[in-house]
Amino acid sequence: MATDTLSNHMAHADEHEHHDAGATKVFGFWVYLMSDLIIFGSLFATYAVLSGNTAGGPGPEDIFELPFVLVETFLLLFSSFTYGLAVLAMNADRLGQVKAWLGITFLLGAGFIGMEIYEFQHLIHEGFGPDRSAFLSSFFTLVGTHGLHVTFGLIWILVMLVQLSTKGLNDMTRPRILCLSLFWHFLDIVWICVFTIVYLMGVLA
Amino acid sequence: MSGSNHSVAGESHGSVKSYVIGLILSIVLTVVAFGVVMSGDFSKMAAVVTILVMAVLQVLVQLILFMHMNTKSEGGWNFISFVFTISILVLVIGGSIWIMHHLHLNMMAG
Repeated sequence: MATDTLSNHMAHADEHEHHDAGATKVFGFWVYLMSDLIIFGSLFATYAVLSGNTAGGPGPEDIFELPFVLVETFLLLFSSFTYGLAVLAMNADRLGQVKAWLGITFLLGAGFIGMEIYEFQHLIHEGFGPDRSAFLSSFFTLVGTHGLHVTFGLIWILVMLVQLSTKGLNDMTRPRILCLSLFWHFLDIVWICVFTIVYLMGVLA
Repeated sequence: MSGSNHSVAGESHGSVKSYVIGLILSIVLTVVAFGVVMSGDFSKMAAVVTILVMAVLQVLVQLILFMHMNTKSEGGWNFISFVFTISILVLVIGGSIWIMHHLHLNMMAG
């Protein structure tokens, strides 16, 4: 009886520890995202201040193609949605579905990055690289930093796919999938701000 | 097992329904903002206000329906750290624009 209670208690304490460890990891990652938000905020402030300084070069309304950027926006939005479905599959303990949704998320994210690289390459080829004006420097820094984040997110998705294949869903991989989900949704939210402030408002001006 | 599922999240769980609603709202808000700019039927002021409102709404939709942010998870610390960060952002971005705008005006006058 006594041992029973003790072992029950131990098991419970153990579970409680897992609870705290997993939740603490996700919360710690959330705090990291908040600091990342400050970085993006600084870059947005820089862009807001410098976007009018075109040094005789092209302004935002001359070089942005909104329909192209709209497709990029939808790729990232749908990837955010498919990642959400991966988390739901994880909650339902369906490993195969988790991997499938992560794979689709990766493809959508890769499509986004591919389009962004094409856009950058096209601008630089036209002579509108980051060295052309303060506006273009701040544009490439802001949008490039976001693109770099998405690229690291893509690498992280690949790492998760490998870990899910070798380790499956456990107390180690679950918090990582949740952290990555926060990271991925966060990048979509930052992109909404980029789309609105850089592209839409740029074309209006 | 279900116990550990619940524990790791440290936040409320979504459902297919909440993600689908979030997706549809995000699409609508994006298309409205895009349409306002592309149509060119609105004054610049009206267009800027509209797309900014659409952006704020979409950020809230995704924070709540995709990231499941609420005022209770982690004893409210998720939310408090978010509010703190937003305060810093308002100071950094608003302050930068304010100062540089006035500097610009003064340079013009001088």
